Amino acid sequence: MDGDDRELPAGSGAADGVLAATPAVPAGSGQAAAGAGPAAAAGSARRVRREQTGQLLRSPTFIVGALILLWWVACAVGGRSFSAYNPVNGSLAQFNAPPSAAHWFGADSLGRDVLSRVLAGARDILIIAPLATLLGTTVGTVLGLITGYYRGAVDSVIGRIVDAGLALPVVITAFLFIVALGPTTLTLIVVIGFVFALLIARTVRTAVLQERDLDYVAAARLRDESGARIMFAEILPNVFGPILVEFTVRLGYAIFTIATLSFLGFGIRPPTPDWGGDIAGSYQYLAAGYWWETLFPALAIASLVVAVNLIADSVEAVLIQ
Amino acid sequence: MTINLAAAAAGEQLGDAAVLNAAHVDVTYKVRGAGRLAVRDVSFQIGRQESFGLVGESGCGKTTMALAITRYLPRNGAVSAGSISVAGQDVASLGRSALREMRARTVSMVYQEPGRALNPSMRVGRQVAEVFEIAGVSRADAAGRAEEALRRVQIADPGRVLRSYPHQLSGGMLQRVVIAMALAAEPSLLILDEPTTALDATVEAEILELVAGLREEFSTAILFISHNLAVIAKMCERVGVMYAGELVEQGPARQVFEQPAHPYTVGLLRCIPRRGQRKDHGRLDSIPGFLPGPGEVATGCVFAPRCALADHRCATQAPPAYPAGPARTARCYYHEQAPGLPRNTPAEVSLPAASAGQPLISLRGVGKTFTVRAERVHALADVDLDLYQGETLGLVGESGSGKTTLARILVGLTAPDAGSVVSLDGVQLGPVAARRSRDQLRAMQIVFQNPDSALNRRHTVRRLISRPLAKLAGLSGPAAETALLDLLRSVRMEPRQLGLRPAQLSGGLKQRVAIARAFAGRPRVLVCDEPTSALDVSVQAAILNLLADLQASQRVTYLFISHDLGVVRYLADRIAVLYLGRVMEYGNAEDVFTGPHHPYTEALLSAVPSLDGSPPERIALTGEIPSAATPPSGCVFHTRCPRRLPSGICESTEPPLAEAGNGHLMRCHIPAAELRELQRTGHERRDEG
Repeated sequence: MDGDDRELPAGSGAADGVLAATPAVPAGSGQAAAGAGPAAAAGSARRVRREQTGQLLRSPTFIVGALILLWWVACAVGGRSFSAYNPVNGSLAQFNAPPSAAHWFGADSLGRDVLSRVLAGARDILIIAPLATLLGTTVGTVLGLITGYYRGAVDSVIGRIVDAGLALPVVITAFLFIVALGPTTLTLIVVIGFVFALLIARTVRTAVLQERDLDYVAAARLRDESGARIMFAEILPNVFGPILVEFTVRLGYAIFTIATLSFLGFGIRPPTPDWGGDIAGSYQYLAAGYWWETLFPALAIASLVVAVNLIADSVEAVLIQ
Repeated sequence: MTINLAAAAAGEQLGDAAVLNAAHVDVTYKVRGAGRLAVRDVSFQIGRQESFGLVGESGCGKTTMALAITRYLPRNGAVSAGSISVAGQDVASLGRSALREMRARTVSMVYQEPGRALNPSMRVGRQVAEVFEIAGVSRADAAGRAEEALRRVQIADPGRVLRSYPHQLSGGMLQRVVIAMALAAEPSLLILDEPTTALDATVEAEILELVAGLREEFSTAILFISHNLAVIAKMCERVGVMYAGELVEQGPARQVFEQPAHPYTVGLLRCIPRRGQRKDHGRLDSIPGFLPGPGEVATGCVFAPRCALADHRCATQAPPAYPAGPARTARCYYHEQAPGLPRNTPAEVSLPAASAGQPLISLRGVGKTFTVRAERVHALADVDLDLYQGETLGLVGESGSGKTTLARILVGLTAPDAGSVVSLDGVQLGPVAARRSRDQLRAMQIVFQNPDSALNRRHTVRRLISRPLAKLAGLSGPAAETALLDLLRSVRMEPRQLGLRPAQLSGGLKQRVAIARAFAGRPRVLVCDEPTSALDVSVQAAILNLLADLQASQRVTYLFISHDLGVVRYLADRIAVLYLGRVMEYGNAEDVFTGPHHPYTEALLSAVPSLDGSPPERIALTGEIPSAATPPSGCVFHTRCPRRLPSGICESTEPPLAEAGNGHLMRCHIPAAELRELQRTGHERRDEG
């Protein structure tokens, strides 16, 4: 081999190499990094992925978020077997009972054990929210790739549809669909997925716009590749980072949205244990001092949303630098 | 003979008069807990008003050294041994306010990209005045001083420039402003870090001349950092050559470049195309092996693994800096034998000549008008060119001349204006790739300037090369595998590299992959759009020779685009010179280079600093390159032409491309014979040099 024709051994770590840290130089000193030349972008792709995973696992934000999420997943899977009481059938003797040794979180207006209902309530929300987000991410990615790659008329038409779809708050759009299609779990997934697809399409489109003008796309066009192949085999792998971030962020919103819809009576149907629904059923008793019936489901929602957002933040910090 | 001896020799020469004294400096970066030596045992001094050049390829530690001098090293970097003093003060011991004082008054720095050194949302005037205010001038006086400062860097209309925002000014103008700001406090040391690398040749020449003039006027010492040896040779009295963090050789610039005493300097100089060298005759050499990775610690001489003179001692024991003549040092045991370093590649090869006859590609009346914010920009106007089988047509021009637009039109990435004709074998091609047949696409491929953008960073080398093999050559199974290995071998890569992704490859290797990909469909025409401008010279030499060899074995035609006249001269059989989207001169490479030249070509040739003896007197171009949105009337070059005719014809009428003999075409009102007469004086001087 001639000249500076070197591979960068996996251990050389030029990616985080000597000059990768932003130097504390005045404005306009891009030179510092340029000195490292093209090698600055180096590092094994596989090693980078391993390193990113390592970085995630070391991040306290991620660990806290993941632990909380794991706890709720465990409840969703085996919640009913953890709890001492049946979450659906209450005992009238216990109605509105305050927290006690027997009922840690008290009992609600129908005498059902609040702790059992909180534990069991994780199930439906943790099925619906990820499915809805997955649907939204998939459809949004396809839309974003098409609008970003083809631009022109396709972009304008889909862009206006996206604008129209996003003109109303998510909850209102969801209302309209649920009223029209009937309040089933499937409707809930489709509605939230649809609204999220519009939002995600925008993010993906922006990322695709940056990629489509790079020369590797031109090279693909010069060997007569189809549009679909350019979008999915060439561009998609390069915009995967933002898509993953978007997925985690949207998952938090999905949980929140489902809880809101349930609270309003359009989400998960009673008597299935559900946090939003339980708050709706109990908040009027707050004035009477039965705070535990509302507080514990509310804390459950908050903790799950916070957990997912913590994960989203740390994923974003690692992937988008 | 020890290190101390050599350093003492240099110290004796400058004594206490040194503005900068770097003694045995090590710079270490801490990366994940481990220290990595980026600069090792570097010692040099710069005397009052002296100009010292630091030259080397990317990653050799030049910029790190500059950052160490100004104490601008990133947080994870530190001077781990040795000392640096500026104007007698030890930089390491300076407190917060003393350091601020030093940066404000004693040392100034100018970076490569002037556009990034200025705040885009503030008027230039405010930013220049601010520098004076920091130096203690009252706000009221600062504005006046700003104007005066711009006048000193030869800005003709300082008022307009001061009222402008940075984006409204050209790169050359911005670099003048930045230099004016750097000189505001009349520093005793001015550090210029690749100040002209981002600029066009004619602008670079102006800036270099300006810096040379200002040095006299301000009596400031200069540390000039560049990868370009010719620029250093032109600008500096003394030079230090850096390799892998070490200063391998230093001495008077002329002596170092004429009689290098370190094998690395010898190898580097052999990589630069000079006059008289061509792809088949007096070939460029290359340096074998590769740079040590960051943090790799060499036990012996850093260059030993790549050096043909190295023996056991070189590999085990680091050589000290030997005195290699008066005021010269070289870190090499065999510095006396260095000039006789054996070549790595043969100097003479035989290449088949291009065939004449029917042109393979012909362009007729090709134009391209872009609409930018309701403004029509004429990127190309009425271009006629022919490419013949097996030849290299060099396309030369400064930025904005339409070179890349022409390349993209040819391969079908940009649609030309209606009426433009691009034909292959006499058959007119569709305007864009989507309208061309697969055979037509296969016939023409392109190698892009920036391999980082040209290669999909998620794909492996195997995938990058085999996809076009399947798609364009229609190969699959064992045949595809054989073809893949053949291609890989032809670009001098190894099968074990197939599993790597672009991020794991150096710039040179990435460009080799891009070349292999372009050759996968056995193209008949390959457009090379500045394929080496992002690479270091030693890598460039290897790529240029590779392209020449591939052309010989595959009988492929090149359209080779470059702003570097030396590179074009080395590779091209014929040359077209573009200016503002028009072909100004077109002919055999030899005719274009020996003249008579079009006045623009003449200015371009004289602007490029060269290592070949004394440069010709520079033909200064006045004014800036006009905008392609409002091209000048008549001859587009008349606004800057030093040979503009007094009759006014240049302003009113566009000259035709006129024959000057031997198929040499020129777009000038002055007849070729007269141009030859006018240019003869310059040539005689050049030939003597």
